[in-house]
Amino acid sequence: MAAKRFNPLPGFNLTMGYTIFYLSVIVLIPIGGLFLRVFDMTWADFWRLATTERALAAYKLTFGASLIAALVNAVFGTVTAWVLVRYEFPGKRFFDAMVDFPFALPTAVAGLTLSNLFAQNGWLGKFLVPLGIQGAFTRLGVVLALTFIGLPFVVRTLQPVLENFEREVEEAAATLGAGRLRTFLSVVAPTLLPAIITGFALSFARAIGEYGSVIFIAGNKPYYSEIAPLLIVVRLEEYDYTGAMALAVVLLVFSFALLITINLLERWASHYEKK
Amino acid sequence: MFGDVAAVKNVSFTVNDGELMALLGPSGGGKTTVLRMIAGLEVPTSGDILIRGQRVNDLSVQKRNIGFVFQNYALFKNMTVFKNIAFGLKIKKWKKADIEARVFELLKLFGLDGLEKRYPHQLSGGQRQRVAIARALASKPSVLLLDEPFGAVDAKIRQELREWLVKLHHDLNVTTIFVTHDQEEALEVSNRIVIFSEGDLEQIGTPREVYEQPANEFVARFIGVMNVLDAEVQGGVARVNELQFPAHDVADGTKLRIGFRPYAVQISTDLSLYPYRATLRHTFFLGIMLRLEFELESGLILRSRMTKEEYAQLGLEEGREVSLQIRNYRVLAAETAALGPEKELSYQPPPTIGENI
Repeated sequence: MAAKRFNPLPGFNLTMGYTIFYLSVIVLIPIGGLFLRVFDMTWADFWRLATTERALAAYKLTFGASLIAALVNAVFGTVTAWVLVRYEFPGKRFFDAMVDFPFALPTAVAGLTLSNLFAQNGWLGKFLVPLGIQGAFTRLGVVLALTFIGLPFVVRTLQPVLENFEREVEEAAATLGAGRLRTFLSVVAPTLLPAIITGFALSFARAIGEYGSVIFIAGNKPYYSEIAPLLIVVRLEEYDYTGAMALAVVLLVFSFALLITINLLERWASHYEKK
Repeated sequence: MFGDVAAVKNVSFTVNDGELMALLGPSGGGKTTVLRMIAGLEVPTSGDILIRGQRVNDLSVQKRNIGFVFQNYALFKNMTVFKNIAFGLKIKKWKKADIEARVFELLKLFGLDGLEKRYPHQLSGGQRQRVAIARALASKPSVLLLDEPFGAVDAKIRQELREWLVKLHHDLNVTTIFVTHDQEEALEVSNRIVIFSEGDLEQIGTPREVYEQPANEFVARFIGVMNVLDAEVQGGVARVNELQFPAHDVADGTKLRIGFRPYAVQISTDLSLYPYRATLRHTFFLGIMLRLEFELESGLILRSRMTKEEYAQLGLEEGREVSLQIRNYRVLAAETAALGPEKELSYQPPPTIGENI
């Protein structure tokens, strides 16, 4: 006899219906429209528009800078999460709140602030530019902006995992003779890896789509510091809608492929938790 | 925990080689702290810890050569059973063939054959615990330390594990110290028991010693059940309502407390046999034993125990009137003060107490 479980909060039909409706209106229909528009052109046209030299440079910058930014965030976000979970120190709650700052700050403000900071006469630029470190209006600037906006993702995905991590496991490793490095590498890191990968993926995906903060600091020189989302805007301003669509589809497909890859990676990293 | 101050005072005891010792006490009594100090997971602010005659205070956890089993096992969930057990051996740079031989030897010994490729989440609670113990024992530590080893499993498995631990200890003869708050467990499993309360050591002894000769009231009440009554001395007799206990050399007006085990209460359905009259109020079923609550005529409640057979023989039932006496008892002073010897009453009812009152 199968027992039907009592559900104190009914409403599957309503919520499921809403979910499908919502997903359709917000996500599926716009994306479908995008693809339909692209099908209007021939394959050769699409290929020509999507692989112009300028477009290729823009893809390279967008994906390259996003990857670097996400990697930086994976490392320093992990350290930040570790400090915030493991230690007590004055102002901890303040720092914890600060992590969300990049979420809350309008991206344009972030971009403006960063470019001012790293410009030749900015607070940091004053010291860095003479050393040959050009933060503003360069590719480095793009990476800086993308790192800034991606930081909260790794910290916030890792924090709950770290909070649930049993200290006893580290102590157990120590009683078995493992030193600190060994304990971290063979016991702690593998447990955190899935969460780090998730945070990395979110940060990466956000960076690929980022527009507002980057355009203020990048300088936007074609072939050099022009990101793909900006190139789409440029094409639109030229009333070249099909050109913009072609670029958009490339970004979409790439992002989708990346998310799938990272999902698989995350699965592999947490293989020991599944049957 | 951050900045926690462990409260353990003046605790000194020796564990003999090959012994199975229990650290027993209520939660928060400092027993886990002591265990963690032996392991080196916590550092004592004063005092020494010696293992095999060697002072180990300054030796790091890694070098103490102890095996520690955590209450929630703390298995490495990203490693298979094999890798969990082999972990310490790899660090100690055992040869691959030796590691393999040792791990499979332990798997066999612990009834875990065939599970070496499983991950911890694929094991039952009992299996996880055995893996944790195997891991702790793998590199042949000088001491095995277990923190509440039976706390996290259900009652039936707990009993099996107890028996299994005793057998394991018998087979391996490794010096073992375990922490528990369950007096029954300590009595059943260990060779000797150290009893703690609030950071103080109350008594060390064999299970029999601490049960039969508790050093103080705390121990007496913690090990087993005890009736404790407040009495006042008048004319050489300590009185609690109608109950009377001889106290010849005690001044009038002195307040005392009287303690006695449930089994010291003798019951008869012959109302004239024993000096006090009482009514059976409640019967609690504890398996082979029954716990009984008697209400004296003055309303005082006494707890007693007897087997089902005795209960049937006496023809008892709730509401039945009986006569009773207290065969042996102790006079209790302050909670932690030393206890006097148990006094026996071979009761000849004093003439003032009888059926005619």
